[in-house]
Amino acid sequence: MLHQISGSIAVAKAIALCRPQVIPCYPITPQTHIVEHLSTLVKSGQLQNCAYENVDSEFSSMSFCIGASAAGARTYTATASQGLLYMMEAVYNASGLALPIVMTLGNRSIGAPINIWNDHSDAMSARDAGWIQLFVESNQQAVDVHIQAFKLAEALSLPVMVNMDGFILTHAITRVDMPDQQQVDEFLPPFVPRQQLDTAAPLSIGAMVGPDAFTEVRYLAHHKQKEALSIIEQQAEEFAEIFGRDSGGLVKSYDAEEAELVIVTMGSVVGTLQELVAELRAQGQSVGILSLRSFRPFPALAICRLLQNAKQLIVFEKSFAVGMGGILASEVHMAVQSHKLQIHSVIGGLGGRTISKKSLHRMIEQAFNGTLAAEVFLDLDEATVEAELQRQQDDQTSGPAAENILRDMGVVSASKTH
Amino acid sequence: MSKCEQDMPTEQKVKFYQTGTFTVGNRLLDEEFRTVQATQERSNSIDSGHRACQGCGQALGARYALDAAMRATDNHIIAANATGCLEVFTTPYPETAWSIPWIHSLFGNAAAVVSGIAARLKAEGDTQTRVVAQGGDGGTTDIGLGCLSGMFDRNDDVLYICYDNGGYMNTGVQRSSATPGGARTATTMPVGEHPGSSFNTGKFLPSIAMAHEIPYVATASVHDLHDLERKVEKAMSFRGSRYIHINVPCPLGWGSEPALTIKLARMGVECGLVPLFEAESGELTASTKIRYQIPVEDYLKLQRRFSHVLKPANSDELEAIRALAQKNIRRFNLR
Repeated sequence: MLHQISGSIAVAKAIALCRPQVIPCYPITPQTHIVEHLSTLVKSGQLQNCAYENVDSEFSSMSFCIGASAAGARTYTATASQGLLYMMEAVYNASGLALPIVMTLGNRSIGAPINIWNDHSDAMSARDAGWIQLFVESNQQAVDVHIQAFKLAEALSLPVMVNMDGFILTHAITRVDMPDQQQVDEFLPPFVPRQQLDTAAPLSIGAMVGPDAFTEVRYLAHHKQKEALSIIEQQAEEFAEIFGRDSGGLVKSYDAEEAELVIVTMGSVVGTLQELVAELRAQGQSVGILSLRSFRPFPALAICRLLQNAKQLIVFEKSFAVGMGGILASEVHMAVQSHKLQIHSVIGGLGGRTISKKSLHRMIEQAFNGTLAAEVFLDLDEATVEAELQRQQDDQTSGPAAENILRDMGVVSASKTH
Repeated sequence: MSKCEQDMPTEQKVKFYQTGTFTVGNRLLDEEFRTVQATQERSNSIDSGHRACQGCGQALGARYALDAAMRATDNHIIAANATGCLEVFTTPYPETAWSIPWIHSLFGNAAAVVSGIAARLKAEGDTQTRVVAQGGDGGTTDIGLGCLSGMFDRNDDVLYICYDNGGYMNTGVQRSSATPGGARTATTMPVGEHPGSSFNTGKFLPSIAMAHEIPYVATASVHDLHDLERKVEKAMSFRGSRYIHINVPCPLGWGSEPALTIKLARMGVECGLVPLFEAESGELTASTKIRYQIPVEDYLKLQRRFSHVLKPANSDELEAIRALAQKNIRRFNLR
């Protein structure tokens, strides 16, 4: 049924359709509306047989999920940014213990400087945490992928993190086709845990493992993620059959197969790119988009297959490894190393900076005319950077860079106090 | 006076004093008063073969506490464990000493993990199965305090047991916020001014638990296992959050003879440094009276961690420890 609805409310409704039994919550912008709405759904009885708890921190929240999931509950929570970092020890633990928890990450930058707006730094901080990490382009996909996330998590006995861009998706009111309960029940059977704390069949979970078996246990985690590559595709097909819409498997291609220039990216920026690329293709330019819906497992083969005819790649991402560069770029580089492609790493949209169609257009033009550098920070204000570098060179006690820059811009009036 | 003592005929009470050590052997009691742990039918939460040190107070305390919890729930009990000695010595891969469903997640999250288990039971409408969380003093009073306070605030239906041996013994005896003032640890060596652990303002978790006004708080000691069992059983008769703080001597960290674990546990109580009491909804309801008060020095001198405190140059430290014992006696009504 069609709704004009915010991304967060749509996701909350989709989660409720999945019949979770335990939901701990802790507020952090921009995911808060999801857990707020779930609280109402539980309290009003629209979501039954579900324990919803306000807990004392994100660390507690993920730990609460660990206990609930180990006890056999279908378990859900949501977080973002600093919240993910605060729960990180438990994030690794949940995947290490192979617990099929589903968590939404309303993608947001990481401080300092503190910044509540969207980028993918939080998701990337968990890239080695052993979770399945899925990204969505739209709120329709957010709904569809969350429903698939439970099925995937439970099939593999692994936690799944669904990444949706903070504000851009969570707060955007768009048209969403909400599934009905019957469809969801048909797609998603009741949870049968692979391991469960049960007094009728006692077992110990979380024992210490020494050098004698640690490698094998960790390898199995890697193996499981590789298994997920085929299960994600298979479940996407099952989903399309029942719900009558394709919300993508491992990757989504927008004319990537035959394009000479392919932009590889993840998340909501695909919306802007789609519009731009359609216009450019109409003008005869050979350009396409490859959107990763699965980041973990990393779909290296699927990427390779779709880039058979590409000559140039732009890997566009909303985060980077400081001191190294684009994270997605280096992973794509590894995946296509046999292709002899020219690869540009473009980093943009950090801390919520608008990614304009105009800037993206310029980036594509530069790629075609050979002037796009190997590493680019989209719309970087070089004068501001130069001024701060000069200040640091001139004055050993120049103070915090963030505040200096804001003062230069006239955003804050505070004067240097020392 | 424990419930067991109260129920005994007067002539039998006398037998408690016959051995001269304030202890009484099982065989001196009438059968009905003997410990259930002496029967073959006893519950058995932690099996033999685990890797605890000789004279480990925690191994003893945990087994009696969990066995009592098993009996109180007709074996419908699930346990969560913080990282620490108990976790390590009971689950050396690929073995486990636990005969009940048991989970270890992290150092600081046992209270939240167990709350998650309780939430699942609540969602299922399972009122028969109960849950217990366990941690050492570091996992409880330091790194796990946030999760524990949250659990108390939500009044989740959980019994949390802290085995307090006064330090991070599993990592090699470092100071925790439960380390007694003056005690030597690897991070508070007896050097310089104010040797040993700082006294600070104190972080006595039973009082913090009481401040949350949870249904039941108790302290216990491994020298009086009947009292410990009774407190666990009583805790299981409540719904909501319950907290039991058990003083467990640690030969490794205390520098004491393994054979003296029970004696030291008793002396800690008898000198006033380990108050035994119960509280309900934030109010003190019962205290175990000290029968023969002993000087704190008698207790301290059996532990190498306090050897420097007994030197004349450190009389300030000794005085501060004496003052703490007196304060406990006043505050918890121990005389």
